[in-house]
Amino acid sequence: MPKNYIRLKPPVSDKEVKALKAGDEVLISGKIYTARDAAHRLFGKKPPFDIKGAILYYASPTPAKPGSVIGSIGPTTATRMDQFLPALLKLGLKITIGKGCRGEEAKAAMKKNKAVYLVVPGGAAALLSKHVKKATVIAFSELGPEAVLELEVVDFPALVAIDSKGADLFELGRNKYKIK
Amino acid sequence: MVREVVAKKITETVKNLCLEAATNLPEDVLEALNKALAKEESPTGREILRQLISNAKIAWRDKLPLCQDTGAAVVFLELGQDVRIIEGTLAEAVNEGVSRGYHAGFLRKSMVADPLKRKNTEDNTPAILHTEIVPGENIRIRLLAKGGGAENCSAIRMFTPSAKKEEIENFIIETVEKSGPNACPPIIVGIGIGGTFDYAPILAKKALMREIGKHNSEKDTAEWEKELIEKINKTGIGPMGLGGRITALAVQIEKYPCHISSLPVAINIECQAHRYKEATI
Repeated sequence: MPKNYIRLKPPVSDKEVKALKAGDEVLISGKIYTARDAAHRLFGKKPPFDIKGAILYYASPTPAKPGSVIGSIGPTTATRMDQFLPALLKLGLKITIGKGCRGEEAKAAMKKNKAVYLVVPGGAAALLSKHVKKATVIAFSELGPEAVLELEVVDFPALVAIDSKGADLFELGRNKYKIK
Repeated sequence: MVREVVAKKITETVKNLCLEAATNLPEDVLEALNKALAKEESPTGREILRQLISNAKIAWRDKLPLCQDTGAAVVFLELGQDVRIIEGTLAEAVNEGVSRGYHAGFLRKSMVADPLKRKNTEDNTPAILHTEIVPGENIRIRLLAKGGGAENCSAIRMFTPSAKKEEIENFIIETVEKSGPNACPPIIVGIGIGGTFDYAPILAKKALMREIGKHNSEKDTAEWEKELIEKINKTGIGPMGLGGRITALAVQIEKYPCHISSLPVAINIECQAHRYKEATI
């Protein structure tokens, strides 16, 4: 059965983001950025990339083998970046990608700024690496695996977990399958 | 008789275990994922399980790490008392093996030298090394490449002797619920009961190193493992926490005697990328 993927090409517009619903499957092609705890702490007032309509992937890959563009690159736990999210959303960040749920404040900020949160399976890092065609360190190379990367991705698959209206697939899914 | 083992033999073995663990998901874990796929009712959950199985195949085929978090190297080393290590020291040999393995395999270096200053050691050392002296003339080395996300979801509680079984169960379920999607479910739950404050978590980690699907040799503990997995799977957390029937692949309990006043219970949560390997020298 062919799936109805929604295609996204950053920078994304408000209209595109608002149209995404929790449970939608998307394929991303274009430039996205990586950052996790250590890089976020160094962002200061402004991250080292154009944040308007940007997609930020919470990830730090394994080193690339000679001849490869990147190593394995799965998501890291998003809640650890919750504290940094509201400020980045204010600057125009529209989509974050990670694993795990988000805290209430982060969710409220997403709703307010019309942003969404996508998930990719934790531990599917080898598979996801196949969708990365180019990777460049653009800041904080001293952080090693935690440096900020610009990734050129093609058909990078993800699932909308929390949409801009606040619908949360973690709550919906869990309630559906919970047995009292 | 004393058997001499050169330290570099230990280094070589540890190096190979690191390489093997990162890219080759153990058979029992793969089988548990396939069984989970057969049982899972949620379409999203099934899709995630399919991706994880496919990820394991790609990782093995292309010798790529299963997960970008190639873990802290937790090493359980059983040293036969008739072994004498020559041309080096044990801990150095193990750490050298970790360093070489993580470099040679292009694995991520995830250890920081100081928990507060947080500067990366750049070779994934030191290993978390547990050594036990046992009878015999062999060295058994078991390695667990332990990811940080699931490790962060672990917990310990010091119960007292009159605690009811139900209270312990509630603590276990609570810990699983709190970890929710963050531990990369379907998870493996290692439980250590008994010992002292320091020993219970080691039991929990040892419980994780038991083959998936093999129950505790004690009948009532094995029954409890079965009851617990059923209860955990009723939480609905499901693959990746997006809802489903399979939240845990296994619950494994290890016990040890304890003080008349104590009843420590430690829970070590493990993600589905459960990477453990062993070798004997």
